Parts: sequence; C-alpha cells; structure tokens
Amino acid sequence: MKQTIHIDGKEVPFKEGQTIMQAATEANVYIPHLCHHPDYEPHGSCKLCTVKVNGRNCTACTFPAMEGQEIENTSIQLQEDRKRIIQMLFVEGNHLCPSCEKTGNCQLQGVAYHLNMLDNHYPHFFADRAMDASHPDILIDHNRCIFCNLCVRASQQQDGKNVFAISGRGINKRLIVNSKSGQLKDSDIDVNDCAAHICPTGAILIKRTGYQTPIGQRTYDQQAIDQVTLSREHEQHDG
Amino acid sequence: MKHFIQKVVTDNQFKPVRLLAILRAVQTEFTYIPKEAIEIIAELLNIERTQIISVVEFYSFFHLQPRGQYDILISDSITDQMLGKDALMKYFSSQLNIKVGEVRADGLVSLDNTSCTGMCDQGPAGLVNGYALTRLNKQRIDDIVHLIAQQKPVNEWPEHFFTVNDNIHQSGFLLDQEITHGDALQAMLKRGISQTLDEINLSGLRGRGGAGFNTAMKWQYCAEETASQRYVICNADEGEPGTFKDRFILTNYAHQVFEGMTVCSAIIGATQGFLYLRGEYLYLYDQLQTILEHRRKLGLLGHHILQSDLNFDIEICLGAGAYICGEESALIESLEGKRGIPRNRPPYPVTQGYLNKPTVVNNVETFLAAAKIAISGGRTFARLGTEKSSGTKILSISGDCSLPGIYEYPFGTTIKQVLTDCGADDVLGVQVGGPSGIFISDREFDRVLAFEDLATGGSFIVFNNKRSILDIVKNFIHFFAHESCGFCTPCRVGTSLLKKQLYKIIDGHGSAGDVIALDELCQLVKNYSHCGLGQTAANPVLSTLQRYPEIYQDQLKQISFEPGFDLDASLETARTLANRNDAKAHLTQVEE
Repeated sequence: MKQTIHIDGKEVPFKEGQTIMQAATEANVYIPHLCHHPDYEPHGSCKLCTVKVNGRNCTACTFPAMEGQEIENTSIQLQEDRKRIIQMLFVEGNHLCPSCEKTGNCQLQGVAYHLNMLDNHYPHFFADRAMDASHPDILIDHNRCIFCNLCVRASQQQDGKNVFAISGRGINKRLIVNSKSGQLKDSDIDVNDCAAHICPTGAILIKRTGYQTPIGQRTYDQQAIDQVTLSREHEQHDG
Repeated sequence: MKHFIQKVVTDNQFKPVRLLAILRAVQTEFTYIPKEAIEIIAELLNIERTQIISVVEFYSFFHLQPRGQYDILISDSITDQMLGKDALMKYFSSQLNIKVGEVRADGLVSLDNTSCTGMCDQGPAGLVNGYALTRLNKQRIDDIVHLIAQQKPVNEWPEHFFTVNDNIHQSGFLLDQEITHGDALQAMLKRGISQTLDEINLSGLRGRGGAGFNTAMKWQYCAEETASQRYVICNADEGEPGTFKDRFILTNYAHQVFEGMTVCSAIIGATQGFLYLRGEYLYLYDQLQTILEHRRKLGLLGHHILQSDLNFDIEICLGAGAYICGEESALIESLEGKRGIPRNRPPYPVTQGYLNKPTVVNNVETFLAAAKIAISGGRTFARLGTEKSSGTKILSISGDCSLPGIYEYPFGTTIKQVLTDCGADDVLGVQVGGPSGIFISDREFDRVLAFEDLATGGSFIVFNNKRSILDIVKNFIHFFAHESCGFCTPCRVGTSLLKKQLYKIIDGHGSAGDVIALDELCQLVKNYSHCGLGQTAANPVLSTLQRYPEIYQDQLKQISFEPGFDLDASLETARTLANRNDAKAHLTQVEE
C-alpha cells in the first residue's frame, strides 16, 4: 500500500523508514537545513529544518515519516522563527560575508537569503576564535564554524578516519582536531578527504584555490539555495 | 603517571564505557587531566583522544588545567544565595586571597561557583575536593582557611563540616517505614512476575522525575522488545536546583530503591542495572556500595535471587557535574562514557537505550514506590492522591520557611497546606518544580500538587516578600545558560542571548521593545530546543513575565533605543591601550 504524508497540503509519498526530510526531498519539497546531508547519518542539531507535524515541532531530518502526518513547512511563523535561528548562528560566530572566500558558495549565507534575513537582529558575541593554518593544504577558520558536525561525520563515515570532534559545553562548544598537538598539520587528514570539502560555511577551506570563481558567478549567485539543494540532494537520495 | 593510569584503567576492566570513572580517578590524583594522561588512556582503551578531551571539557568537575590541591566549589543555587552565599563567597575569596574562578599561585587552593549541590535545606553549601560541605558561615570559613594553610588532608577535617542532616518533617505511605529487605521480591515471586506488573499498572504510578510517564507502560514496552540484553537505570542525577529528596531517599531507603530496581529487572528481563549518582553526592558512594554488597550477601542481588532463576546486579556510576545528564538519553550517553548530549527521538530508550538495548530509566522515588507497591498491591497506592496523579509525592522544601526539609504529601494537596506545614509566612510566591518549573504568586495558593495542575520533580522553593523576582529569575537564567549542553542552536545560543537580554533589562539598559524582544526569544528557545532543558529554560522569565509584567516594564529606560551592549564598557580596551581614564575617555548615551 502506498503511504503518504501531507506537506503544506501537498501529498507526498514515502517509503517505510524514511525521514520527513528524505520524503520531502524526493518529492521536490525544500526544507531549509544546514547540519543535514543526505550522505550522512542525520544529526538534528541546527534545528533549521523544524517543521510542524500534527501541530508539534519536529526536526525533519531525524523524524520518521508516518502515514497521515499533516506537516507545515512554509508557514509565516516557521519561516520567521527559522530566520531567528539562523540569526543566532550569525551572531554566535564571526561571519563577515564580504571578506569571506566562501561567499556565494556558502550554505549559511544561502539559507539566510532564502529566509530573507536582512540583519543580525541579536547582539554579537564577538567570540574569540582562532585560525589553524598549520596544514599545507587546508585551513580552518574557527570563526565560521557553526557546529554542524558534518566534517566530524564525513571523516568517520566516509574517510574512515577520526580527524574532527566537537568538544566543550554550551556556548563554549568548539571544533577540535585529533592530533597530539591539536593542530591540523599533525592529524591524518588528506586534502582529498571528504571531511576537507564538506563544510557548509567557510570554516574549512582548501588553500590556493580561493577566488578561482569570481564572486557573482558562484553557486548561489546563479541559483537560489532551495533549487540547488533539491537538484543536488534529489540525486543523492535516489542514488 | 603511566603506572597509576594503567592501574585505574585495569580496575575499570579496560572498558570505554567507564571513561567517567577513569577520569574521576585521574582528576582526583593530579587535580586535572594532564595531556599525557589523555594519550595513555586513549591508547589503553583504544579510543580517540578527542573523545576524552570532549568528555573532559563537557563535565564541570573535569579540568584540562590544574586546580588547587584543595578545590573548593560553592553552590550557586538561589537557595544558597538567599542564605547569604554571595557575601560568604566574597569573604572566602578575600581570606584565601584568590579571585573566584582562580587557582592560587602556590597551587594550594582554588575557588569557584558550582550549580546547586542539593543541600538547599542546609546551605550555604559547597564541595571540597568533591565532598559536600554544609551550613557554611564565617566561622567555618575561617576554620577551613586555617586547615588549608596547615595543609591538613580533607579526610582529617572535622566530621561535622560534612554532616548532612535528613530534616524530615512529614512522612506518608512511602516514608513511614522502609520495607523489610527482600519483602518486595518475596511478594513478587509469590504473586507472579506479570501479576506484579499488573499491580504496578493498577497503582497508576507515574514517573517521579517530573515528566510523569506511566511506569507500568514503560516497563511493559521494554519487556515487549525482542533483545538479548536489557537494562534498568536508576536516575539519581538529582540536579534540579532546590531538589534534594533523592539524597534523603538514598541515605535512608537505598535498600528499597535497589529492591524496586530488582523488581523492575524481573519484569522487563534485565540482568544488569545502574545507579547514576550525581557527582555532588560522592559522599554517598561508599555507603551505597556497602548496601549493594550486603544485598548480595542476603541473596537479594546476584545469581539466583532468593533461590529463584532471577539474576540481577547493580553498578553505581558517578556523574561529574552536568545538569543535562538528568535527561534520560543524556544520562545513557554519559553512562556509555560520552558527553551528555540528549539523543534524537525516536528511538526511545525503552527500545534503544544503553548500548542501544531496551532500557528502563526511572527516578529514585519511582523505584522506591514500585517496591512498596509490589508488597501492598496497586489499589492501596491508587487510593491516595487524585484520579490522574495517584499516590504520594516527596517534596524537598527550601527557601523562606522555618522548617526546610523533606515532606511527603498525597497528590492533590494545596500549596497553602504545604506552606502552613513548613512554616512559611509573608510569602511572595513559590517556585514549584525548580527553575524548569513554574513560579506561582500568592494568588494561586489554592492550586494543588498534581500532574494535572502543578507538576514537580520535588523542588519547592519558598520566597517571602523581601525577595526580588528579578534576582530569582537572573539566577535561574544564568543556570540554564551554564548548563546548556550546546547541541542545538536554539538552546546553545538562545539561552546565552536570553541571559544577555535579561541582564540588559535588569541592569537598567533596556528600552521600549526590550521586554517584547525578551518574550520573543523565550518563545523561540521554548518551541525549538532539542530537549527538556531548552524547552523549559525560558520558564523563569515566562512565568514571572505573565504574573508581574510591571516589574519588567519598570526597569526600562524612557528612551526609544539602547544597544545590546554597554557602550562605555566596550571602550575599556581602548582606555587601557591609550593609558587614560579621564572623563573624555568615557561615553554615555544621551537621548537627542
């Protein structure tokens, strides 16, 4: 028997074991997200993909699709609240888009545009965060880390290593590197690792590749993030 | 160092799930977790060093930098503050000649704040090298400063510094008398195991931690799972400020709690149980181990319990300073030797809990009640309380009352009754259920203790009319920001923003719109957070804003906008660099 859920009134089929996010992506319905990536186990921490399931807030990337669910995804309230959540990420770190190499390719920026974020709303934390430029090919700028955990998962699940981990508690949360010195150069990361390329923001960058595509011609300069994400992740879900 | 760690890890059977126990031992030995120790542990346990570092950084009682030989922590609960904690802390810090949060240059002593230590009925309280100190006053601080100067080992300090009184003032069905060891198990074996579950079901017992999930249902779900192994966990991570009833129960009724766990194990088919004891109750650890040993000798734990075919044993695991570990899935993560991050649900612990096996997690008081119900039957219990909240509830009462301590009441008891019994007058309001609960005003004292009205895990803090609502809220909001695990955005960033926004208003920097902004932020943190901590973190503001909006409004400046930061304070770095502090180096905002 075909099973379906409804997202904003639209009938969406799903297979047993799928999350709401997976079912939505297959049906070409975009749900904003940052910590979710179809290749990796869902994490459920950024909370941007929060949807209202039968009146209750649920994280779409972790919550299983179940027959008969009535899901709200694009209500004004949800979009406004998601904007506030992404604003929280902006003030927590130090995100200076105009001077960041990732601008135009940055998912944080892309989702922020999608949610019509025009200011930071909240006071900045001005967190004192370091850079790790020790590695010959890879740079970490902790100012831009949003703790999506994707590099941690990519290193474990794809690269078969354990280069990154999340440490600290609460607002003192931080990304750490698995090496005796704590520096990236002493870890076993390789420039071709998935973990080196997965960062949705400009926190992990490959050296000597900056500005090869001029600003204005980059991914989200050409097409909005919902379209890019759907075509990209649709394939991955199908594959 | 290598030899010491080798021994500790061997004692813990090279099990990565015992990481907290191993780190506790290392922290005690060296006053911190040295880098070298991390490398050795990682190698011996065959885990990543990053797992160890992340665990060390997560728990308040672990440190990457050395602490003093005498590490003193003072409880920062609102109840301690009401007993004069702030002045005592100042005195302590001046007598020891260190700033709060620092280690003295000679490495002898360190002083800092800590979240509620569960001694609210006998504060101001603290911890020295992990052991609970009660009833601190200037005299005692002088004595402690002297003992430290003499470098007297903590175990040679006067015993009465560490005395924890029971302060029980009212008992009922649960506390009138402890059951005779083994009686609940005998009754269960006689009646039949599934019939005993029926009795628990008849009793209507709901979880005593505060959430109130039906206990029989939880046990049944767990029993119905197909699995090779199941676990029983007793949640003794009593971290909600103002709660100390589990401390009392484990001091006086531990046999009964362990018996309740054993009844549960038989019903769900578990052979292994854990008592997760909050690190602040370290002083109870040895006596609880003795009781477990005693029960093994009596044939009430171990193989063939009471000559039946039941096998069950209990291990005690200590926490290390993290309120979030009271959340059941965070507690399970912690038991597995990890950071206490609440898991995504589903799956729930009854299907995938400890080591992904079906697991029942219940509060200390729930197991205490289950043991009693196994003897007396479900109906006796169900006759007490209200229809939706059967039985009795054990309260920890503290704050402005003449008789703080432990009280047992049938559900349905009015707040008025409780206030009369504990000797509270001139009452402004009561915080029911701790900071995550609700603040009720003096117009609501006819309300009752019950899941359908005022639910509480046991915390009951009384405030008289001399107290300031904003001081109370400030303390609670600081607590949540400090204890947020940091997993999800709305709680990690939101609780810190909430603290900033509230302080802005309290410190007189708020202007029109700031209270609305505060309320909006509360709704976000409440509606979007991952777990109960975030979902309740805004309650102190929400419940007082609803009742006393004028208190917040009165704090606001009569100007249209104030920035979210202190203009003048932000210039401090510039003043330092320019080496000047004259009037022109200062700024104040003036309304044009």
